[in-house]
Amino acid sequence: MDITEILRMNAELSLAAVFVLMFLLDLFLPAQQRHWLRPMACILLAVQLLATLWPEETVLFGGMYHSTPMASVLKSILSIGTLLVFLQAGTWLDRDDTRHKQGEFYVLTLSTLLGMYFMVSAGHFLLFFLGLELATVPMACLVAFDKYKGHSAEAGAKFILSALFSSGIFLYGISMIYGTVGTLYFADIPAALTGTPLQILALVFFFSGLAFKLSLVPFHLWTADTYQGAPTTVGAYLSVISKGAAAFALMAILTKVFAPMTEQWSQMLCIIIVATITVANLFAIRQNHLKRFMAFSSISQAGYILLAVLSGTPQGMASLVYYIVVYIVANLAVFGVINAIEQHTHGKVCREDYNGLYQTNPRLTMVMTLALFSLAGIPPFAGFFSKFFVFASAFHSGYYVVVFIALVNTIISLYYYLLIVKAMFIVPNETPIATFRTAAPMRLSLLACVAGIFVLGIVSSIYQLLNDTALL
Amino acid sequence: MEHTLFILLLPFLSFLLLGLAGMRMKPTTAGAVGTASLAGVTVLSYLTAFRYFAGGRMADGTFPTLMPYNLEWLPFTSNLHIDMGVLLDPISVMMLVVISTVSLMVHIYSFGYMKGERGFQRYYAFLSLFTMSMLGLVVATNIFQMYVFWELVGVSSYLLIGFYYTKPEAIAASKKAFIVTRFADLGFLIGILIYGYYAGTFSFTPSSAALAAAGVMLPLALGLMFVGGAGKSAMFPLHIWLPDAMEGPTPVSALIHAATMVVVGVYLVARMFPLFVGYAPQTLHIVAWVGVITAFYAASVACVQSDIKRVLAFSTISQIGFMMVALGVCTSSDPHTGGLGYMASMFHLFTHAMFKALLFLGAGCIIHAVHSNEMSAMGGLRKYMPVTHWTFLIACLAISGIPPFSGFFSKDEILTACFRFSPVMGWVMTGIAAMTAFYMFRLYYNIFWNGEWKGLSHGDAHAESHLPHEAPLAMTLPLMLLAAVTCVAGFLPFGEFVSSDGQAYHIHLDTQVAVTSIVIAVLSIALATWMFAARRQPVADKLAHTFSGLHRAVYHRFYMDEAWLFVTKKIIFRCVSTPIAWWDRHVIDQFFNFTAWSAHAGADEIQDMQSGHVQQYAIWFLAGTLVLTLVLLW
Repeated sequence: MDITEILRMNAELSLAAVFVLMFLLDLFLPAQQRHWLRPMACILLAVQLLATLWPEETVLFGGMYHSTPMASVLKSILSIGTLLVFLQAGTWLDRDDTRHKQGEFYVLTLSTLLGMYFMVSAGHFLLFFLGLELATVPMACLVAFDKYKGHSAEAGAKFILSALFSSGIFLYGISMIYGTVGTLYFADIPAALTGTPLQILALVFFFSGLAFKLSLVPFHLWTADTYQGAPTTVGAYLSVISKGAAAFALMAILTKVFAPMTEQWSQMLCIIIVATITVANLFAIRQNHLKRFMAFSSISQAGYILLAVLSGTPQGMASLVYYIVVYIVANLAVFGVINAIEQHTHGKVCREDYNGLYQTNPRLTMVMTLALFSLAGIPPFAGFFSKFFVFASAFHSGYYVVVFIALVNTIISLYYYLLIVKAMFIVPNETPIATFRTAAPMRLSLLACVAGIFVLGIVSSIYQLLNDTALL
Repeated sequence: MEHTLFILLLPFLSFLLLGLAGMRMKPTTAGAVGTASLAGVTVLSYLTAFRYFAGGRMADGTFPTLMPYNLEWLPFTSNLHIDMGVLLDPISVMMLVVISTVSLMVHIYSFGYMKGERGFQRYYAFLSLFTMSMLGLVVATNIFQMYVFWELVGVSSYLLIGFYYTKPEAIAASKKAFIVTRFADLGFLIGILIYGYYAGTFSFTPSSAALAAAGVMLPLALGLMFVGGAGKSAMFPLHIWLPDAMEGPTPVSALIHAATMVVVGVYLVARMFPLFVGYAPQTLHIVAWVGVITAFYAASVACVQSDIKRVLAFSTISQIGFMMVALGVCTSSDPHTGGLGYMASMFHLFTHAMFKALLFLGAGCIIHAVHSNEMSAMGGLRKYMPVTHWTFLIACLAISGIPPFSGFFSKDEILTACFRFSPVMGWVMTGIAAMTAFYMFRLYYNIFWNGEWKGLSHGDAHAESHLPHEAPLAMTLPLMLLAAVTCVAGFLPFGEFVSSDGQAYHIHLDTQVAVTSIVIAVLSIALATWMFAARRQPVADKLAHTFSGLHRAVYHRFYMDEAWLFVTKKIIFRCVSTPIAWWDRHVIDQFFNFTAWSAHAGADEIQDMQSGHVQQYAIWFLAGTLVLTLVLLW
């Protein structure tokens, strides 16, 4: 093995470098200079982004590490998403009880991101598992970041317990794969898979491990409690970045490694998709707490993402990545608005609090409305096209019933997304939230998200580009 | 010819500007912006016409068909795609000149007419939108682009008719216009789809192999397209919206309901003329007979109306009937034998646009002065409004077909074409031409002669101080310009520019037809003079009394509106709409109510899943895993 091979993992190496730099800065920056941490984190991440911009096929360490062009694209997307989250973190991290530990936030977030990088470019189940854990354990710390607040600590505990449980089942599944085929290299497994009962068990166990990360029904129960308790910024990160990486990894592994068992896993996915979208929607209807609401919204969105996985084609992969990008901008916009309002009003996160918001904060309201429209899939916003493409890819593969049920569910989802729009525009309120001005980085981030909601929908060449990359 | 793009862009930009920022401008500024952009369009249109016709003919003696722009917008197959572009050929260039001229006149005129109206800026924004749509329609490179702008024309006309949106009549009229024309457009759309399917393209020049293979479907498609054209061009029995559309501001009537929008049906038939003549001559004859019926019907109704704008409206319907007839009587594309009607129709479109706009603008001045549309409130106005009087008279002479005014020349060509088709058709149309002269001079005498102004006879003390007065220069200037055009337009060598086969055609008057039509027109005018010029009108009253049943029927436009209402309300609403509404209310709505109810009930049922106990989450997790395994194993 050539040790210089390690240098070709440019995305991971650069991210690790950013991680180490931020760690050192956090350690040695004097107290009065600590306000530089956030700009530094953003700049470093932006620079790191450059290292991911040249998608190419890389196979290293005898197949242990296998990065496809599409994986590189996804890494860039995840980094951009993380950058947006960093921009939104400002007000929360400037609070008195968090300021002294803001460096930790960046370091922990970057380490989860590194874990996701490994997840999407692993070529071996053990490396994949390491990535998964690296993406999970620091996440628990992030969820419990406001540890002196009871609900944050509770959310952290629930998250880590559920994560441990799913990791255990996941590892069990991997051990069964090793037991039946004698290898854990992705490239070698398909030839030995035959679909024996034990391998089916292994498939289901592996799937539940990722289903936990994607919060699919019935592996989703931690989600609402965790989103509600976690700091809003962390919730945003959890809902988009972590989910995007897991969805991509799931699709890559199912189509590559479990290719001989396509019949089984597509059947499994059909059941899970229908259950996920329906149950999440039914729960979302009744939510009043916006962070809990967004938890169920993100669960149902994960169901739609799975539609792309279901097709199992390169077009499906392209529509999956496209869905993730679109979902990232729309969801981050919603979380950004929730975050801004929560920070400025000391914790108002219920739908009633938003009544009449349009009168006092028209711009934030417009951002929120556009983002919700995009999430609900109303044309001409990006969300319509991303939904259209995943539906089309599943439809082409012949899953008519599933697509139909998903379509019916979009109507239900339209109802609950519009409830918020109604609250902001129509419901009269004597004392709406007072007018305020958000911090500049937050505004930048929201602006980027809104631009994304428009541009991604209108510029069709973006999807074309993804499609070409998927076919490489 | 690249500048042609600006012909469309300028009014569109002015629409955006006035629509978005108009309310922040002073009314006069907004009007100036709209008028300036239209002046730009007019200059560009004239430039285009000049360069196009000066550019010379091709080797085969026809003018080239240019497409300075043609973008592929929506591709379906390699042949079937919807394009957006600019097409220049003799008729589209001619239409550019007509539309921009009349529109500019109306823009200037509206300064005076609409002065002080609420929504002055909105008015100019709509005018710009309308002009843009109309220009886009005539330069369409394919039938679908035409359809897109066709509908835009419909929308902007709807907005303009309903401009006085606080007036219930105006709202009803705009709705009626929109619904009737939209109903007809359904035929147009189906026609386009059939055409696209069988011809394999939306362009105007499909391959002859595809056309030959289309068989009977091509005449059908063209017939359906004509239905759309008949709707916009107010052909009988789809004409019912046009008289009501007079509720809009009078300059709008001049622009939309005299010169531009209402002739798009004629333009459509002319645009598809090679296909009509080559593959669907029978359909073309249907067009002719629809035109004859319309021309006669509208002319007879126009003879008894008392609202001056309605007289003009029916006169417009009748004249468009003339144009349709002229197209319909074509039997070949050679102007020397059976194709004269094409040139005649386009010529009449051109001259009619000018003098009919003049008539409407003149009527606007009169209404402006006496604040009423009714003839009974007028009379004797020639003393008070000399400019309006003389220009109106010129237009009346033109439409009656008296030389040397423009209408004589174009109508004469139409009559010649009709006589060539069949003597019956020729005499029928000559008879309708006589009716035209009669009702126009009935109108003229009732407005300008007929004793003293009626306002005086009421004996109001303050009437003396409110004598009708001539309109301001902004309004009379367009009148004079259009009157000048009407005086000279007849001498244009129109056949040199537009003819059915594209070759230069030298117009020569058919002496026999010309003399006949002049004699008949003069006789009609004399009859009108005898009946209506004096203060008392014993003959007219006696006739109305003797034939009171007939008079009442004609006055009520042969009860066409009532017939339509009967069909829609009694038959369609009762037998079709009511059952559908029941189905909608009881089945569709209930289904959605059920969905909502079951969603809520389902949400209630599964509440307990989210208990908050992490150990129960683990149980669900494990249960899910096991169930999945069992399903897959089983």
